[in-house]
Amino acid sequence: MIVDHLDLTRAEFFAGTGWEIKPEGACKADVCVPLDPGGGFDAPATAERLGMSIVADDPTGLWAFGPESLGNRTLVSAEAPELVLPDVDGREFHLSSLRGQKVVIVSWAPY
Amino acid sequence: MHVNGLEVVTVSLELSGPDASRPYIEAARPEHPSLLDSEHRMDALFGVVNIPNVVWIDEDGMIVRPAEPGWPSARPELPSDLRASLPPVGRARTAPAVPERGPDPMALLRSGQSRDGYADAIRDWVARGAASEYALTPDEVVARSQPRSPDLSKGAAHFELANHLWRTGRRDLAVDHFNECHRLQPANWTYKRQAWSLVGNERVGGTYGRFVQGPLEGEEDSWPFASEFRSDTALVGEGEYYPKTM
Repeated sequence: MIVDHLDLTRAEFFAGTGWEIKPEGACKADVCVPLDPGGGFDAPATAERLGMSIVADDPTGLWAFGPESLGNRTLVSAEAPELVLPDVDGREFHLSSLRGQKVVIVSWAPY
Repeated sequence: MHVNGLEVVTVSLELSGPDASRPYIEAARPEHPSLLDSEHRMDALFGVVNIPNVVWIDEDGMIVRPAEPGWPSARPELPSDLRASLPPVGRARTAPAVPERGPDPMALLRSGQSRDGYADAIRDWVARGAASEYALTPDEVVARSQPRSPDLSKGAAHFELANHLWRTGRRDLAVDHFNECHRLQPANWTYKRQAWSLVGNERVGGTYGRFVQGPLEGEEDSWPFASEFRSDTALVGEGEYYPKTM
């Protein structure tokens, strides 16, 4: 997630990271990580709790939030995250639209 | 691969626009979704670190095999005239010294995951579902997913910035972030090869410019990255490029 300010709303944080802020904490699939109680939503503090690195690009004033690092593994749950990507004709495709079928996602590159 | 009861989704990990991937997609004439992942979300979301790579997901949306090297189809991956059409490539000045290898330095890159049985393993799972020996439990899926330390998270953040800055014309800044990304995630080959291919493609162009992943001979001093494909892959050991997971 690339942002130009760090005081994100809960909705922005969820849209960019897939972690939803609930009373029990930051939640993704069946995993919830408790957050410090009280006050408003603090994106950098939440990112730190989730092991998300925040990297700055000083010349442009941009930041990038890296993916979570919990349990030292890429996946916190076997539930497939939602994946939304365009196809080669620009149409948006949602992985969740294939629910009900077995799927293999094959990654490749033109290099 | 066409198997009843299975949906194949392909994802191209390429920062440039659709035109880079379109020729390959059109040549394959797929009947399945062919997606473009310009930000390498597959790396951050699923743990893809090299290609070709396969993730298996069941009908309930549960991953049953996390991102791993895989060859679902028997088609050759690289164009047959590729090798002959690439110009001689030098080494990055800052690349580590590499050991002398035998007559086929690429042989080690082909070691590791067995390619021949991969499609049959998928067919076994399609036929038998959770009863297939290849379908992992949720705990196994999480445990066998790629490592993710704070440093690796940082590397992914640097990649995302590099990607954004390259596409918005700040290539000088992008290169710094690519180099930091590679330093933090040395085992992620798509992060490396994506970056190298961008410059290779600019300098060579043509059908296969993206496969030039190092400085042209004589242009080593203007190569902006800390290393390149020849030097980095010369350090790869047996079974390290495509680790055996099946």
